Amino acid sequence: MNWLSPSAVGLAVRGKLADVGQATFLFWQLVRLAGATFGRFRLVLDQVFFIGNRSLSIISVSGLFVGFVLALQGYYTLQRYGSAEAVGLLVALSLVRELGPVVTALLFAGRAGTSLTAEIGLMKAGEQLVAMEMMAVDPVKRVLAPRFWGGVVAMPLLAAVFSAVGILGGWLVAVVLIGIDPGSFWSQMQGGVDVWADVGNGIVKSVVFGFTVTFIALLQGFSCKPTPDGVAQATTRTVVMASLSVLALDFVLTAMMFSI
Amino acid sequence: MSSPPVDSPDAPAPLIELRNVTCGYGDRVVLENVNLTVPRGKVLALMGTSGGGKTTVLRLVGRLLAPMSGQVLFDGVDLASLDTDGLYAARRRMGMLFQFGALFTDLSVFDNVAFPLREHTNLSDGMIHDLVLMKLNAVGLRGARDLLPSQVSGGMARRVALARAIALDPDLIMYDEPFAGLDPISMSVAATLIRDLNRALGITSIVVSHDVDETFLIADHVVFVANGRVVAQGCPDEMRASTDPLVQQFVGGHPDGPVRFHYPAAPLAQDFGVGGGAR
Amino acid sequence: MQKSRHDVWVGLFVLIGAAAILFLALRAGNLLSLNFGETYAVTARFDNIGGLKPRAAVKSAGVVIGRVESIAFDSKTFQARVQLQLEKKFEFPKDSIAKILTSGLLGEQYIGLEPGADEKVLVANDTIKQTQDAVVLENLISQFLYSKAAEPAAPAAAGAGAKK
Repeated sequence: MNWLSPSAVGLAVRGKLADVGQATFLFWQLVRLAGATFGRFRLVLDQVFFIGNRSLSIISVSGLFVGFVLALQGYYTLQRYGSAEAVGLLVALSLVRELGPVVTALLFAGRAGTSLTAEIGLMKAGEQLVAMEMMAVDPVKRVLAPRFWGGVVAMPLLAAVFSAVGILGGWLVAVVLIGIDPGSFWSQMQGGVDVWADVGNGIVKSVVFGFTVTFIALLQGFSCKPTPDGVAQATTRTVVMASLSVLALDFVLTAMMFSI
Repeated sequence: MSSPPVDSPDAPAPLIELRNVTCGYGDRVVLENVNLTVPRGKVLALMGTSGGGKTTVLRLVGRLLAPMSGQVLFDGVDLASLDTDGLYAARRRMGMLFQFGALFTDLSVFDNVAFPLREHTNLSDGMIHDLVLMKLNAVGLRGARDLLPSQVSGGMARRVALARAIALDPDLIMYDEPFAGLDPISMSVAATLIRDLNRALGITSIVVSHDVDETFLIADHVVFVANGRVVAQGCPDEMRASTDPLVQQFVGGHPDGPVRFHYPAAPLAQDFGVGGGAR
Repeated sequence: MQKSRHDVWVGLFVLIGAAAILFLALRAGNLLSLNFGETYAVTARFDNIGGLKPRAAVKSAGVVIGRVESIAFDSKTFQARVQLQLEKKFEFPKDSIAKILTSGLLGEQYIGLEPGADEKVLVANDTIKQTQDAVVLENLISQFLYSKAAEPAAPAAAGAGAKK
């Protein structure tokens, strides 16, 4: 596109606005199909398997290592102020409020998001979506909606697993490895982590991220060019857009939820 | 073989009608003021150069595309007048066979053919099982029911797609390049299937194809589309005897004629800088 | 509807996720300590609540026996009106003292309830008559300065004079 030509820039802007409009319409369709989609529960179940179960290993292992590092780094810093026993609280709050939802969403975008985009893109390239339309089956209802709601269901569960495994990892490093008193580890944590304000908000965050990442992945696949090159570009776009959106939304949500 | 002229009083009402249809993508007009009728129960062949508008006609009939002007009628009803439910009801009476089959890659052959039955009917599992096997038997693939699309050859994939297209016993089947890329055996299998289904089930068929020989064997009526217009139409024998230079070039397979060999370019002398021409 | 072979695995996945959420809520969080059962409301008035927040603990002898329900400003008496929810099984004499204390040196503030000697006990919607405000650091410092200034000893007076 010639950036110096006003008409080219204008056309591009108008095109982008049209894209945003179509994306909004698709999102609205998917949300509205909630009832119909859960009515065909089998489809959602299958998608929860492909999206959720298949991501479980990467999420758990990542959670474990993040827990390790948090405990280690937290200990180094806290013991300078004589508050080494608060490391449990530090690990738990960091995970439950921020790292659990956010890192899970980023990993999800990379693993499940790209596979969703590629799957839909390849279906489009192989004319499967058009074939479905010609068989009087709405592809948005039959293909996109189950994947959308499957992602929304799977994401909070994955984030919870990440946080839980991370806390256990933190326990492993802090109590077993470093030797912090287990009693104070858990009691400081329980005293400082509020189930509604912290755990609850974390779950709300992961649900919002679930909506965002899954939608972006499906949108990119659905609107890509039906060629191998188009599919490849779409998967890259999914990761980039989903990651940036998650980080931006995280800031907005954190400001809304945790401001005093 | 000649059939009664399409617009004679004793011919049954046409299943598909295109009236003064102009259609295109964006600014590019692909069909201009086209009039076309598809007689009921016959095999109509749509032939022409690449990009001439043949696939566009199929898309118009399936309402995957809306015309810029003119009407597309299915069984006497203007498709533009239908709402979503009406359109889906009309599509249930059509089957479409895509060039490479467009099978659902995550489903087995059996599940692919069962798909329209499961989506649109409330039949029991046992009935669906029997129906699917009957359709697969009609195309000769009953034994391949548990294979995945990635495990079948191109020709077999197209036959599975055909079984899927006839799953709901449609009134119309559209074939998009059914012979492209097939070996001679598979080609004759495909042609036989198209003709036999047409005779046995009374289905109306529209075949878009480049293969003159195979298509002329099975077609009742041939329509030539080039440059956005209907250039010629008639039965296969009339096509072979046509004096239209475009039809002759197509049927005879000549490299140069009304469809030029050379892409438009500057004169030879100019490009090679000879004969005093400016380079 | 065909039986999906994914049923078992998805069920397992959902169970694991639910278990993780439960773990976070119970072991990591404070859900258990929120189960109070029946409570009764009591009001206390303070001139300065310092950093006391709603949902802060009400402790007696260091044990949590209730929660701060709400904090409001009374524009008639210009005091803070704090409503407490105390567990029904604990009864306190009518002349108990409510103090705002800090856990640790710079930690969160909570309300400490010291029992009095009255035979009658607090019932629902009673007001605690005796309260002690939160310690405000600035007031503490200026108290210290004034007390130093009031000391008759000459070096202290000279020191206080220099401080002024």
